[in-house]
Parts: sequence; C-alpha cells; structure tokens
Amino acid sequence: MALDAKIPEGAIEQKWTNYKDHLRLVSPANKRKLEIIIVGTGLAGASAAASLGELGYKVKSFCFQDSARRAHSIAAQGGINAAKNYQGDGDSVYRLFYETVKGGDYRSREGNVYRLAQMSGNIIDQCVAQGVPFAREYGGLLSNRSFGGTQVQRTFYAAGQTGQQLLLGAYGALERQEALGNVTVYSRHEMLDIVKIDGIARGIIARNLITGKLERHFAHAVLICSGGYGNVFYLSTNAMGSNVTAAWKSHKKGAYFANPCFTQIHPTCIPVTGDHQSKLTLMSESLRNDGRIWVPKNKGDNRKANDIPEGERDYYLERRYPAFGNLVPRDVASRAAKERCDAGFGVGTTKMAVYLDFASAIQRYGKTEVHKRGLHDVSEQKIIELGESVIREKYGNLFAMYEKITGEDPYKVPMRIYPAVHYTMGGLWVDYELKTTVDGLYSLGEANFSDHGANRLGASALMQGLADGYFVIPYTISAFMADQIRVPAIPTTHAAFDEAEKAVKDRIDKLMSIQGTESVESFHKRLGKIMWNKCGMSRNEKGLKEAIEEIKALRKEFWENVKIPGGIEEFNPELDKAGRVADFLELGELMCIDALNRSESCGGHFREESQTPEGEALRKDDEFSYVAAWEYQPDGSEVLHKEPLNFEVVLPSQRSYK
Amino acid sequence: MEHYNMNLTLKVWRQKNTESKGGFETYDVKDISSEMSFLEMFDVLNEKLVQEGKEPIAFDSDCREGICGACSMYINGRPHGPWQQNTVCQLHMRAYKDGDTIVVEPWRSNVFPVIKDLIVDRSAFDRIIQAGGYVSVNTGSAPDANTIPIDKADSDEAFDAASCIGCGACVAACPNGSAMLFVSAKVSQLALLPQGEPEKISRVLNMVKQMDKEGFGNCGNIYNCEAECPKGISVENIARMNRQYLGASLSSKIQERPVNLVDPMNERG
Repeated sequence: MALDAKIPEGAIEQKWTNYKDHLRLVSPANKRKLEIIIVGTGLAGASAAASLGELGYKVKSFCFQDSARRAHSIAAQGGINAAKNYQGDGDSVYRLFYETVKGGDYRSREGNVYRLAQMSGNIIDQCVAQGVPFAREYGGLLSNRSFGGTQVQRTFYAAGQTGQQLLLGAYGALERQEALGNVTVYSRHEMLDIVKIDGIARGIIARNLITGKLERHFAHAVLICSGGYGNVFYLSTNAMGSNVTAAWKSHKKGAYFANPCFTQIHPTCIPVTGDHQSKLTLMSESLRNDGRIWVPKNKGDNRKANDIPEGERDYYLERRYPAFGNLVPRDVASRAAKERCDAGFGVGTTKMAVYLDFASAIQRYGKTEVHKRGLHDVSEQKIIELGESVIREKYGNLFAMYEKITGEDPYKVPMRIYPAVHYTMGGLWVDYELKTTVDGLYSLGEANFSDHGANRLGASALMQGLADGYFVIPYTISAFMADQIRVPAIPTTHAAFDEAEKAVKDRIDKLMSIQGTESVESFHKRLGKIMWNKCGMSRNEKGLKEAIEEIKALRKEFWENVKIPGGIEEFNPELDKAGRVADFLELGELMCIDALNRSESCGGHFREESQTPEGEALRKDDEFSYVAAWEYQPDGSEVLHKEPLNFEVVLPSQRSYK
Repeated sequence: MEHYNMNLTLKVWRQKNTESKGGFETYDVKDISSEMSFLEMFDVLNEKLVQEGKEPIAFDSDCREGICGACSMYINGRPHGPWQQNTVCQLHMRAYKDGDTIVVEPWRSNVFPVIKDLIVDRSAFDRIIQAGGYVSVNTGSAPDANTIPIDKADSDEAFDAASCIGCGACVAACPNGSAMLFVSAKVSQLALLPQGEPEKISRVLNMVKQMDKEGFGNCGNIYNCEAECPKGISVENIARMNRQYLGASLSSKIQERPVNLVDPMNERG
C-alpha cells in the first residue's frame, strides 16, 4: 500500500483553512447516531472525548487507571508552547513551525507541524477559559519562560505542574460531558484488541480489570490516544502502567508503526541508584533556564561540588554551544552528558551523573530582589535567602521532589542529573487527518508519530496532545463520519467480535497456563537492559544485531517460563502487566530493526557510524529523508514502507546550536 | 547521602475482593536499602511472594512522582505515611530504621470500598466533579487568553487549590470521613477566577449535594485533612466553600443543573 499523507494543496499557511473549508460535515441529528471509542484519557484522549461529546457524537472513553484524571499527562512538568508572542520577542507561528521542524532534525512533516503551530494559540485560550491557573505577572497577564531549542519565551506554565493543570482542565470538560450523558468513561478497563469489520475498525475488546471479564464494545470509529512506549526500557520517566498495548494491537491489526526507533532521552533526570529502582524521575527542562550544567575539569575529582573552585569546572554546554548554552535541545544535551561521563568526568557515587547548579541564579535573583526592595548594605546571606525565595516560587515543587528522592538540599548543593528515557516520537503512522492505515482507526498525541520528527522540543508534547484532541480530530473525523451516517450500530454478536474475543481469551489462557519460574517484572527488567545498552542513547550495527537476537531469545523464554500468580476472572495486576510486557517484547525487536535500517544519525537516534568530526549527529538526507512505516505480517515479520518527506518551506541543513 | 540496609516487619491488610472479609498478614523483608522508595520496598516483597507462589499484594501506583494521586496507603495510622506534604510513592525508606514494624492498610472510608488488598474505589470523587467541577465552555469559542487580566495573588491562590491530586487522603484522615477539603479545593479554584463566576451558585450547591449523596461525612473542624494532604491544600478552602454555599443558598437566582444526576448506586452498581 502506498502511503498517502493527504496533505492539502496550497501554500503552507492556507492548507488547514483550505481543508476545513472543503470538509464534508455531519448534521447534528446524524452525529447523535454515530459512536466513537477513545482509548486513553490523557491530554489527547480527554480533550478529544470532551470535544467530540460536545459536538454530539456518542463517545465511550477507556482508561486502565482508576480515574480518567490519573493519565500520565498529569506528570508533565515544565510547560506548553504557544506562538502568542505575548512577550514581543519576535515569536510567530512561522518561527514555532520552523523551530519544531529544525528541532525534529528534519524528519517530520511540514504540513502537520505548521498546523500544530497555528493551533497553539487557541489551546491557551481554551485552557484559560476552562479555569486553568497558568502563572501570571503582577499586571495580571500570562507569564512565559524559555525552553530548549528556542530563543524566544513562548512557554506557558503552572509552576512545575503544567501537565496536571491542563489535564484537570480536559478532565473537567470530559466529566461535564459524562454528566450530560454524551460520554461514558470506562475506568480500570484495558483495550486488548481492535475489532475490524470489512476492513474498518468497528470496536474493541476490553478487559474489565476489576472482574477480569472481557467486554465487547462497538463504535463507528476508534481513536488510539494511549501515549508512548518508553516503558519498553523498563526504567523511564513514564508511569508504571504506561504501555504500548493499545497501539501494538492496532499495529497487528494493520496500522503501520512509524519511526519506532525515535526515542527521546531527556537530559535532566535523577540518576539511577540501584537495581531496586522502579522508575526514573524527571527534573523539568525549565530548570535549564536557571541551572548551569557542569562537571569537574579534572578526571576523578572526588571533592564535593561546592569545594571545586570556579576555574576547575567545565560548563561543557556553554563551552560547546555558546549560542544556546544550557538551553540546547534535549538530544544534544543528553549526548553531551553521556560523552562527559563516558570520558570519565562523571560525578557522584556511580560516576554516571553531571551537576545542575543553581548557585549563580540564586545570586543573580538575590541581587535583583535587593534592588527591587531598595535594600542597602545587605549581607551575602540575605542575598542568598532572597535568591532562594525566587527560585522556590519558580521551581519549588521540583526542588522538594529532588530532596525527597535523594535526601540532598538542591538549594545548597548542585543537583546530580543524568539522561533517562522520557518520550517516544515514533508511533502509529497517521495521515494529515490523524487516520492510521486502517480505515476508521485514528491515533492522537504521543501514540502517533506525526509532529516531532526525530527529536521533540520541550513543552511541545502538551501542545500536540491538546491540538490533536481539541482542534484537529473534531474536524478531520467528520470526513470519515460523513460516510457512516447510513451505517447502523453493529451488534456485538457479529462474528468479528466472536473471533476477536476468542483470540484475546486464548492469549490470556496461554499466559496463565505457563506457570514457569520467573516473574513478569524480571523479564521486563531484562528487556529494559537490552534496550538501554544497545538501542539507547547511542546505537551501532553490531549492538543492534545482537539486541535483535537477544530479544527473540528473551521472548521465547518469556512464553515458556513466565510465572503469573492468581486467576483470570479476578483483579490480577500481574496478569495485566504480563500482557503489556509480552507486547513490549515484540515492539523492542521492531525498534532495533528500525534503528538498524536507519544507518544515519538524526535527532535522538544516534548511530555511532554516522557522526561529524565534532561528534554531532550526521544526517544522510539523500538516503533517509523518509518516514519508516512498518507493516506487520501474519508470520510476525515486518515490511518497510517509506513515506518521502518533502521540504518546501524549511530546507534541511546541518542543525547547529553553536 | 549515607545509606544503609534494614530488615523490617510488615503487617499488611489483605482482602480478596469487596465482598470478602479482610485481615492483616505479617511479612518479613530483608536487606531493604534506605535509598528505596516505600513502594519499591513493596516491589521487593511482591517479587518474593511471586517466587514463593503466593499472590502479590495489590496496591495502586502509577506515576511514582507524587502527582497522579493513585497511591493510597495508610501507614502506621497516617495516610501516605510519616512525612509531611508527601505521597506514599515519594516516601523513602530512610524514614525507617532496622527492626521497625510497619502497619499498612487501605484508605479508611465507607465511601471508598476496598477492591482488593490496599486498592479502593474512589469513583465518588469523579461523580462529585461531574456535578459541577468545571467551567461549562465548549471547545473553540474561547476569547484571547489575555483578554481578562487576573490578580496574580488570586491566580496563585487558585493554583494552590487546583494542585489537589484527588488521592483521598483527606477523607481517610478525617474521623468523620468528610470530603470537604477535596470538594472545596475545586470550588475555590473556580471561585477565585473570573472564568468560574457565571456558574458559582449552581456549582457549589450541586457539588455539595453530590458529596452528601455519596455518603461523605461533615466537617468537624479537626483539620486532619490539611495536616495529611500531600499537596498542603489549606482548610481556608473549606471556609470559602461554606461562604459560597451560604451565599448560594440565599441567592434569589438558584440555578438548577441542566440534567438530573444519575443515581450512582443503580447506574454503576
């Protein structure tokens, strides 16, 4: 099947307008007869469910958590980008578009990204109208801060809890629609397969996680908004429950999976302490506004951070990238940290960490406060106190979180940080309408691949999730639904439901029948180690080939020796986890296959064989300026389809932040 | 920071399902590092139980960053354990020493029935939000975000109230099983912002009505809720909600909600 992204004709500024102007619509009376299933209640899923409910569609919304409000978007910290230019510092829709395409290392689609930038302002308007309490200035207007990869201030935020506030806004809108009867939320339910009838997605098989019973749900269309697959690495900043299952089941039912190897390793996370570790905690990128990253200039310098004099510190990002300094994009910052630690300059007990230091920001803010308050003859101590209070207001919750986890006071000693898996740019292939290669099956937010190319810029995930859910899908789904008005609801007694439910049941029975000796958790950890070591921050041909064999062997072992206690028709979290890990064991192999195929470096995908003399990522545009979309075959193999990327507005060049 | 290992005795509430009778079981855990989180200590115990062919202890946990509100353990008589303004997932084992005995129960509340072991059903909170915890604006019709300037102090206060994670510790901590802190946090957030103004009368009346219908108790001014809230939500919100409620009750323009609430007991079992 040839991939058609269906980008509308016309100049880039006009594409979305043209599309909307010629869109086929569905009348309100017909919308009431049309049903939509939405899997996931994060920013993309909740905003889509609320907006489609408002339009009059009958929506069923599914989440595995106990409440829609707990989806992992809640944990996003730093902020959301919008090209409002409220700061008058030269921002525009074009600039946000340009920086996103460049930040993604020229591996995203121009048409989609431009639309995203166009939507960005509307999102802020919508959220403020919902009562989202963004940070404000004393004059009462909204405040902004900077994020990596940009030279303007366009990030809106609510302390270090922006995702929480945006999600609670979308959750409120969703609950309102539930109260009105337009949306039904099925919490503690997990989608376990897509039901296809005549090639169109017409429903799902879901498992009620409390009773363990399988349920059949019909809809005219299905939206996958289930987030990213970073937990394939076991250790990541994702929530414990975050998983690829909904997206993977869609893939196995015909949806192509695009650029699976594009993984974002976030530069500022709290380092691993030991084997007991269950997850990693992010320290928001916004901290790089004020924190300076450094390591000692001398190898093996074992002095405490505060005892190392200024002249013996290497602020390596400021040294290597003077134009952007500590605010280089995430992929660049992560690789630079790895380079220093691999070269033996790392700090802390494991030597796999670098410092993020706020001392100079505390001094700077302290002095500003002294001025503001008209104080004279103030002691050094007082300046520090005042500076710390400013830092506390900006990042208080992050500093508190750091102290709880590490037991160290980051106001007094620099944070120790190291990169960790955070976000996955890859995902289900979608066209301009967010439709996958299966008719009636859509994918929104992190679960799709479309907007971030090979590297996502900070504060753009929230923007994309909400743009997809609030402002894109309510229009684009109408193109499909206009053809569905004569399709009556299909009873779930249809043979396709029987077949899908049987396949799900057989798989669960098989998992439970193994009764081997090793826990699900243990297999997951082993998979994570393979992925991190061989398909992590840097990759090479030999390692990837090894990883593919190791994953195959591990998968075989899993299906022979996993041990799952408890029963099927009951609340059984170990069984839930087993199904998810089984899917990760398949996805992991595809990620390695994709990484092996893409023998260039771009964004977060760093192939050691392809780098500049300075160690920067070296793209090969002639060979790899395409989206790699993989098609699942019944025998488990994958076939590559290429969607060429045509750049008409932003011409690819060597990405430079120097 | 210096770290150490410890051996502990755990007494954990085990309950097969909502209908069955639960009870405490005692477990020994060994070589627990002070660097672990409390839930990682449970992961270690669960791994051991699986190896022994026993059912692991079911507990809610998702983000493990103190923000999703899923985790909910009642530890030695306190929701979320000994640290102030903290969730269980952010509690670390350096809070304990070798030889300690730790008692772990699910949330204590009749409105939050146990589903299994330490997991409870908090869907009553969702139904209270459905009764009015939002601004009724449809997507697409919002004015420019800077159209209405908002006093920074009001906005900051609204944010403080909005930082509630919906974990239910306030209910579990309250001898009356009151949900007033949770409900008042949402009422306050929207009462403090101009966007919440148009619906302020119906919002407070409907949310309180639903709260009562679910069976939560009344506030007795004991303030356990504030003391145990992982996000430090202030009881001033309860006072604000009471003022709002009184004002709304006396208002000549009491607005009914556009729809009748479904009866949760009949509708969802």
